[in-house]
Amino acid sequence: MKNELIKPQGLIQNANRRQFLRTGSLSVAAAGLIMVGCKDIVDMDPMPTGGVKLGSGDIGILNYAYALEQLEAAFYAAVITGGYFANASAEEKTILGDVEKHERAHREFFKAALGSAAIAGLEVDFSSINFGDRMSVLNAAKTFEDLGVAAYNGAGQHLESVDYLLIAGKIVSVEARHAAAIRDLLNPGSADFAGDDLIDANGLERTLNFSQVLTAASTYVKTPIDFSQLPS
Amino acid sequence: MNLLNLLDKMCPETNTPEENDIFFSRRDAFRKFGDMSKKVAMAAVPLGILSALPKVAKADTASLIGVLNFALTLEHLEYRYYQMGIESGVIAGADAAIFNKIRDHEKAHVKFLTEVITNVLKGTAVAEPKFDFTAGGNFSPFTDYPTFLALSQAFEDTGVRAYKGQAGNVMENDVVLTAALSIHSVEARHASMVRRLRTKKGQDTVKGWITDGSRGTLPAPTQAIYTGEENVTHGGVNVVNLTGISAAAVSEGWDEPLNKEQVLGIASLFLA
Repeated sequence: MKNELIKPQGLIQNANRRQFLRTGSLSVAAAGLIMVGCKDIVDMDPMPTGGVKLGSGDIGILNYAYALEQLEAAFYAAVITGGYFANASAEEKTILGDVEKHERAHREFFKAALGSAAIAGLEVDFSSINFGDRMSVLNAAKTFEDLGVAAYNGAGQHLESVDYLLIAGKIVSVEARHAAAIRDLLNPGSADFAGDDLIDANGLERTLNFSQVLTAASTYVKTPIDFSQLPS
Repeated sequence: MNLLNLLDKMCPETNTPEENDIFFSRRDAFRKFGDMSKKVAMAAVPLGILSALPKVAKADTASLIGVLNFALTLEHLEYRYYQMGIESGVIAGADAAIFNKIRDHEKAHVKFLTEVITNVLKGTAVAEPKFDFTAGGNFSPFTDYPTFLALSQAFEDTGVRAYKGQAGNVMENDVVLTAALSIHSVEARHASMVRRLRTKKGQDTVKGWITDGSRGTLPAPTQAIYTGEENVTHGGVNVVNLTGISAAAVSEGWDEPLNKEQVLGIASLFLA
């Protein structure tokens, strides 16, 4: 399945881009400037003991998405077996039950698509979430969904393959649909479903880079994630 | 996201070390300017400075202008629709916060896309078309609230598919791609909200996400907005076979794109 996803053309483009950036980064270093956000061609240290290494290029970014989907799927698996869900309203049961299936499907999709390049399963830590408490569960869901949207929106520009970009696009809008629904459960009838905390005066939603997302996620993930080969 | 952050994420498309140095020194100078005057920097200025960067636009500029004018046409439609809806008084008072916010976003998208096309790409932004939201006398969205909500859902779900369909056409320009993705997710949030609102009011049974290729209780001419959403195979992987999760749930988990011609076919129903 992995082979079906990889386009030779994308790999060639990637090689060219890396080649010119190799020259570029030397020049920039000589000028004393910081190259923020551009493709890093330096191979970093081996993965930390007991951790996972996302890898580089599009595979690294797909593993990044896989890591986030693992986190979300594990969260909703805990939600639907928890005390809050058992007594939740019909509407909330439908929403959270649906989202659990969607995130599980996303996780399994990335695992299959990555094949042997997939990172191992992550060990999660939800000790900060009270699964018997509605507000605790919904606030955590809001955090995960908003984070997912910002992560996909921020990562899109780093993908080389148009096929992967489309797949990420198909998923991110569903994460945004989730986020809006969860936010409306927390604050019904308000403008929070697309709140000013996320959307700027140009009507553009927040993006987060790899480091920002994984730092935010690290509260809930025990397994160390080495993302040093992704663009900084 | 703001445009200063976008500048940080851009990479020079150059062949020589000298051009790279120019890129980074100009960006650095601009950032210092931005730090001094953050409020100003958030307005039109950052867009202007982008065009001073050497060879930033990797894709054919004319092609980018074409894509963004297509997006702008849809944003004109959405903004005008909500503005007219708010002015008409058709919107229930309890829902005012929702539709004022959506209107504000569409207005901001019109302004943003116009600025990018005009000031960054040095193109000509399309004028606002004349719209007929009755679609030839078939709908009365500004006197009948359920109709207003139904067409709102139709426009938002179309917008999501339209932006998704254009992502690949702007992917060689990181700034434009990121901006497009950042509008795309906002449209998806709108769509989710309006869909759920209609169901809460008993007008439909749709959820925030699209199940199979169903238009729910929307009128038949809107079917083109939903056809294709039933897809469960992505990157060659049939996710139903892979997971055993129902086709309905898997179809909800992935939204599908529409190409420009498909979207314009839908939008043409509402052009005067």
